[in-house]
Amino acid sequence: MIEKTVAELSVALASGDISSVELTQVYLDRIARFNADLNAFITVCDESAMDQARAADAARANGETGALLGIPMAHKDIFCTQGISTTCGSRILQNFVSPYDATVVEHFKTAGAVTLGKTNMDEFAMGSSNETSFFGPVKNPWDSNRVPGGSSGGSAAAVAAGLCAMATGTDTGGSIRQPAAFCGITGFKPSYGRVSRWGMIAFASSLDQAGPLCQSAEDAALMMNVMAGLDSKDSTSIDKDVEDYTTTLNDSLDGLKIGIPRQHFAQGLSAEVEQTIRDALKEYEKLGATIKEIDLPNNHLSVSAYYVVAPAEASANLSRYDGVRYGYRCENPLDLEDMYKRTRSEGFGDEVKRRIMVGTYALSAGFYDAYYRKAQKIRRLIKNDFNEAFDEVDIIVGPTSPHTAFELGAKSDPVAMYLEDIYTIAVNLAGLPAISIPGGMVDGLPIGMHMVGNDFAEARVLNIAHQFQRQTDWHRNKPAAFTQED
Amino acid sequence: MEWETVIGLEVHVQLSTKSKLFSGSATQFGADPNTQANIYDLAMPGTLPVLNADALRMAVRFGVAIGAEIGRRSVFDRKNYFYPDLPKGYQVSQLDYPIVGKGSLTVTLDDGSEKAIGVTRAHMEEDAGKSLHEDYQGMTSIDLNRAGTPLLEIVSEPDIRSAREAVAYLKKLHSIIRYLDISDAIMAQGSMRCDANVSIRPRGETELSTRTEIKNINSFRFVEKAINYEVQRQQDVIEDGGRIVQETRLYDADKDETRSMRSKEVANDYRYFPEPDLLPIVIDEAYIADIRARLPELPDAKKARFCAEYKLGEYDAGVLVSSRELAEYFEIVASGSGDPKLAANWVTGELQGLLNKHNLEVSDSPIQADRLGTLIARIKDETISGKIAKTIFETMLEDSSGVDAIIESKGLKQVTDSFAIEKIVDEVIASNPNQVQQYKEGKQQVISFLVGQAMKLSQRKANPGQVNVLLKEKLK
Amino acid sequence: MAFDKSEVEKIAHLARLHISDLEADEVTARIGDILHLIDQMQSVDTDAVEPLAHPLDVVQRLRRDEITEKNRREELQTLAPSSQDGLYLVPKVLE
Repeated sequence: MIEKTVAELSVALASGDISSVELTQVYLDRIARFNADLNAFITVCDESAMDQARAADAARANGETGALLGIPMAHKDIFCTQGISTTCGSRILQNFVSPYDATVVEHFKTAGAVTLGKTNMDEFAMGSSNETSFFGPVKNPWDSNRVPGGSSGGSAAAVAAGLCAMATGTDTGGSIRQPAAFCGITGFKPSYGRVSRWGMIAFASSLDQAGPLCQSAEDAALMMNVMAGLDSKDSTSIDKDVEDYTTTLNDSLDGLKIGIPRQHFAQGLSAEVEQTIRDALKEYEKLGATIKEIDLPNNHLSVSAYYVVAPAEASANLSRYDGVRYGYRCENPLDLEDMYKRTRSEGFGDEVKRRIMVGTYALSAGFYDAYYRKAQKIRRLIKNDFNEAFDEVDIIVGPTSPHTAFELGAKSDPVAMYLEDIYTIAVNLAGLPAISIPGGMVDGLPIGMHMVGNDFAEARVLNIAHQFQRQTDWHRNKPAAFTQED
Repeated sequence: MEWETVIGLEVHVQLSTKSKLFSGSATQFGADPNTQANIYDLAMPGTLPVLNADALRMAVRFGVAIGAEIGRRSVFDRKNYFYPDLPKGYQVSQLDYPIVGKGSLTVTLDDGSEKAIGVTRAHMEEDAGKSLHEDYQGMTSIDLNRAGTPLLEIVSEPDIRSAREAVAYLKKLHSIIRYLDISDAIMAQGSMRCDANVSIRPRGETELSTRTEIKNINSFRFVEKAINYEVQRQQDVIEDGGRIVQETRLYDADKDETRSMRSKEVANDYRYFPEPDLLPIVIDEAYIADIRARLPELPDAKKARFCAEYKLGEYDAGVLVSSRELAEYFEIVASGSGDPKLAANWVTGELQGLLNKHNLEVSDSPIQADRLGTLIARIKDETISGKIAKTIFETMLEDSSGVDAIIESKGLKQVTDSFAIEKIVDEVIASNPNQVQQYKEGKQQVISFLVGQAMKLSQRKANPGQVNVLLKEKLK
Repeated sequence: MAFDKSEVEKIAHLARLHISDLEADEVTARIGDILHLIDQMQSVDTDAVEPLAHPLDVVQRLRRDEITEKNRREELQTLAPSSQDGLYLVPKVLE
């Protein structure tokens, strides 16, 4: 069963080949068996998952239908789940039980999906390897010495290892797409504003966006049908009709214009990754697409601008963790000042503290124009680059990451880690939809192909990704250690 | 040396919305602690703000009322600082693009002259919660009911030159806000709060000198006292060869002094930046036109109309329009009485005296406007005299029946029947031969003695004008 | 731009973080590296460029002024590290 995509499981559930209770039990058993090593889950909800599975089966017996009814899934631990621990990968929220559900969580509940648990992540989504989690690193299912990517590493590893059928993630600078690439699955970041941020713990408010991590573009379309939409509780959620993303999956790609940014095939890209992507592009030519080189001249500035905007917003977003109303408070504070400083220093990890300080510095008196305002201007240049590119092409394709998953501990230098996101970060600054799908393998490790669409072109991006997956089987590859069923 | 005082005021007004600026929590004053603080107000992770339409409307209403520029594209910013009554660790406020830009207010000074005082800007922001310093085993306790209540911060230009002017400006602001019905603006409850920036400079100097900011002033009277204290303090410091330090000072009403707030923070660095959870507010002409069309008549316009329409003096008109309720009360009295000038005298005289004595608001007056109108109408139609009216006014405090019923039941009706008056006049002439003789010899002023005697005889019910005329006729 | 330990101290205080003397050198160096990365931005002339605060070119939506929230004090205060009589408790503010 676990090799089936959500679309296939949905058929199996509908036909009665399997019940949600049986399916949920399969995943819970696998979590029990594999999670101790993989560390993909922070919290497992055995009981409530079985309750939800029984409810889904009962609903189906009552004649209810729905593509996600009874499908076992996982939520990144950045989403607030009422009555369930919500840690954001941090000590400071180690004992936080959310008093409400995120809108995304609510939507999946309404669709009848089963929540197996909450997945591990870089602390407050700050990281590209899942090594900054207070709950320890997640391992890559393809090679346990390697990272799964981050920050949605737990979700990516859980899907890749077959510990859930699908999972939610969030992407602020590549946090869905890079772990999807490293773990050989499909990860989709929608346009900014397409999915509600209510209940999704903020890292950088103008960049954060929730999206699916799953086994195929078709699954991503099914998840997006549930996730997307206007939310009156989120001022930045967009009032724009939601399409049925599955209906356009099989649109023809004849005449599709694909842009290949020179800047994404330059210095720093591993030769094997480059070759894999260029081979994959040939599949599109077979489908009638034309390929042309384009320029994103300011792409090289995206990491710099991002490391001003994201830390600046984060420095304010994380001020609420002060030990007053919820979360961790240090032992025996001497006075208020001591409580603040010790609570926050003991509660946050090094990377989070570093980014808070960088953001605080960038906003402080005398530096605002040189840093924050400058970064906003670079952001405009980056957005303009994309606008010009989309005048010429329909989609921009390249590698998700310069190389395959690296080894745990290999990137101890923060700047080296930041440069991991060189191909994905500009997309967040511009607010565009983008997907990473498996494009090939090198040395037993998956390679992600990155595809960026124009504003709110979700349906087109999913269509283009799906057509590739109809021609190839890379997305069907599973890590050997997790494929035996017993 | 002769000193000039320079004052700028920052006034915070709680907008009287039902719910908070960015959440659906109630804003009721005086609720049990933390019963009006929901997950957004408590800054629970993942919560987000959505702007209250009425808070925006009220802010724009104020801007339009003072003829200010309205920010067509207005932006919220985060102001970052840590304090336990500030749950998010930042206050959502407006820095570069406030909702209301430059405008001005005209105030009437003590000498009756008028002065325009500039308003630099007004912006929307969230109120903080309250830190209560009652002792909980050495801990400070926090009530977040107030956190997120919408505030309009109104910043004046440093145009104010004395404590009296500051009070006049504040009262005018208060009056406009009450007219607009956008805030209770009760200083004692904190729904209107005032910080004063005060500095002094040698008269003739045009540069601004170092100022101090006085906080914690919670009544009009204390505004005057706090500023006067601070001005004197600054003069003393400078005349003793010292220098004024830029600092925040708290006003202590009990001791009537300001004192420096000791603070470890060398300088605040609020790290303002645009609030990314909110988008720019864009306001079009139609929105402003609609607000303008629904604006009530404001104090200045009302005053001008009272002067023109009712032929009132500047001073009386000014008093009557100082509050919307008083002006409305007056207009009912004026129309009921048929004599606006007399109505104005009664409202500013007897009625205000009564209200002050019993510490009542005009809306709670035991003598309703329509009754007072009738009372004055009875003076006008000569049913009663002005003197009798004052007696009836007193009676009306306890007796809620109609004015005419009171007049009737107490037999206070003025005698205007000329036959009855003639009888009285004859009696007075007969019993005061000496005075009659004096009058006939040319001592004209004796007539008032005779009128007085007639009034006495009639138990003050005779119409004095009539008595006068009749007496003079009979003594020809 | 020069970045030294005193700057770290200043921003750590603004952010209410405690950086021990032991960590200070390392933290300073790391943040210095990050600022160096950020400073690549300075190579571009952006004088004529309008800042972009938000990827969405849309305006703020408004909510109706309605009370939609109920009192959940007892439930929400179970999350608090310290509370009594419905109030949150914190150590005294030293002025």
